[in-house]
Amino acid sequence: MYGFEALTFNIHGGFLEAIVRGHRSGLLTAADYNNLSQCETLEDIKMHLSATESVKKMYGFEALTFNIHGGFLEAIVRGHRSGLLTAADYNNLSQCETLEDIKMHLSATEYGPYLQNEPSPLHTTTIVEKCTLKLVDEYKQMLCQATEPLSTFLEYITYGHMIDNVVLIVTGTLHERDVHELLEKCHPLGMFDSIATLAVAQNMRELYRLVLVDTPLAPYFSECITSEDLDDMNIEIMRNTLYKAYLEDFYRFCQKIGGATAEIMSDILAFEADRRAVNITINSIGTELTRDDRRKLYSNFGLLYPYGHEELAISEDIDQVRAVMEKYPPYQSIFSKLSYGESQILDKAFYEEEVKRLCLAFEQQFHYGVFFAYMRLREQEIRNLMWISECVAQNQKSRVHDSVVFIF
Amino acid sequence: MVGSSSSWSTALVKISPYTFAAIGIAISIGVSVLGAAWGIYITGSSLIGAAVKAPRITSKNLISVIFCEAVAIYGVIVAIILQTKLESVPSSKIYDPESLRAGYAIFASGIIVGFANLVCGLCVGIIGSSCALSDAQNSSLFVKILVIEIFGSALGLFGVIVGIIMSAQATWPSKG
Repeated sequence: MYGFEALTFNIHGGFLEAIVRGHRSGLLTAADYNNLSQCETLEDIKMHLSATESVKKMYGFEALTFNIHGGFLEAIVRGHRSGLLTAADYNNLSQCETLEDIKMHLSATEYGPYLQNEPSPLHTTTIVEKCTLKLVDEYKQMLCQATEPLSTFLEYITYGHMIDNVVLIVTGTLHERDVHELLEKCHPLGMFDSIATLAVAQNMRELYRLVLVDTPLAPYFSECITSEDLDDMNIEIMRNTLYKAYLEDFYRFCQKIGGATAEIMSDILAFEADRRAVNITINSIGTELTRDDRRKLYSNFGLLYPYGHEELAISEDIDQVRAVMEKYPPYQSIFSKLSYGESQILDKAFYEEEVKRLCLAFEQQFHYGVFFAYMRLREQEIRNLMWISECVAQNQKSRVHDSVVFIF
Repeated sequence: MVGSSSSWSTALVKISPYTFAAIGIAISIGVSVLGAAWGIYITGSSLIGAAVKAPRITSKNLISVIFCEAVAIYGVIVAIILQTKLESVPSSKIYDPESLRAGYAIFASGIIVGFANLVCGLCVGIIGSSCALSDAQNSSLFVKILVIEIFGSALGLFGVIVGIIMSAQATWPSKG
């Protein structure tokens, strides 16, 4: 007669059965196999396999040792965060008549010292430049006081800007612009020493060999070195391939740090990866980019990986993209705000969602995510200021709220 | 006791009770101070950083540092009390059950106080760090988080009370 094992099994077997069920939860999943099958070398496989162990580490004890190296800087960055512009500030600014008024309102905020010496006919680019300068100063102060692994983390934050700068200079050179003009337009956080030499390169192999091999971007190039000459299409593909490699590298780095940093940064980076996947899909609808090429540009982590990517790769218009995204609850709310055919509000909706997640990073203490969140929130603020200044300068104040994302 | 465990139990019983008592006193002060120092640096680094943008928080938030410091003072007080409990007994009576009991009581008291203060110092330190950061953003939060810290510092007090009660048991056999 059977059916009564439950009464006596656990006397001898209960503990071991629980142990073996715990081990079973560590079996590799379909996502892990997909990751492994995309590895290039056995070293990559080793790295992926070690990542599957470290993510399951218990965390919660950062509070005991984080402050040894990171306590001061975390407090500094939280202080900086309290200086971000609020909704009231944005309302004041959006009611300004001229750029001089904007300068006056900003002088009451933390941007004051940076703008006060500007001579009278102000341009929007000057305002944006000075505000970016403030961000760069704060970043450099934090970087020079940081120890490992925080210093590497802070450097990772700037690689995205480096990629943008590289693409800017290469595209500009292609269109016969002057190098110095291009250098002025580069984002200061992404500058590196040999950046001016980029103008000399004719194809990607030279680009890599002459300049990029000495920069931190070197490991991201292995997938996209070809000898083709650079043209607009190639450059966009190069940008997206580099960015994909950068995001995956950053993600692995955060997983290696473990603990609260890994959890919070995974969430933020996964959203970034998904957002880029959607943007790549929408921007490549109707171009010559094949489905396989499109699939190669998607990152190998995030909520949409791997099934969402399969569906996005075959989407041919925005409504199909919407149908794919509505299957994922976190993105349903973004896409439900759009009426059919609207893609301009999509950008703003994505920015709002990003800002929401970045603000959540500050809810927890003793992790590095606050640094990343602060840098991104500042960049959003600078984008807001640029939009408001442009609207004021062109006398279109009614359109101010089209694109301003409030942070608090 | 018979069997293979008897050699261990004999070895333990033959360690002088003064050893146990001295180690207990060392743990009481040493580990308490470890807890206090740990808590102070956790609070202090956050406090210094937060005070860069909000200098008004410095004087109020020193309370968190003082709570951590109190933990070290508890350790010192109990160590002094324990060392007054050490008495000499004639060598014929060192391994009497009474002596062993006194030695173990002082050892236990030291461990109780030391480890209770260790975790208390950690607790107060972590809360103090959050308190400094929150106060820098919104000064109405200070008093509320201070209440949490007060509950946290009660943990050290529990340890001291039980430790002192334990040490009251430490009566060595009388001479003669």
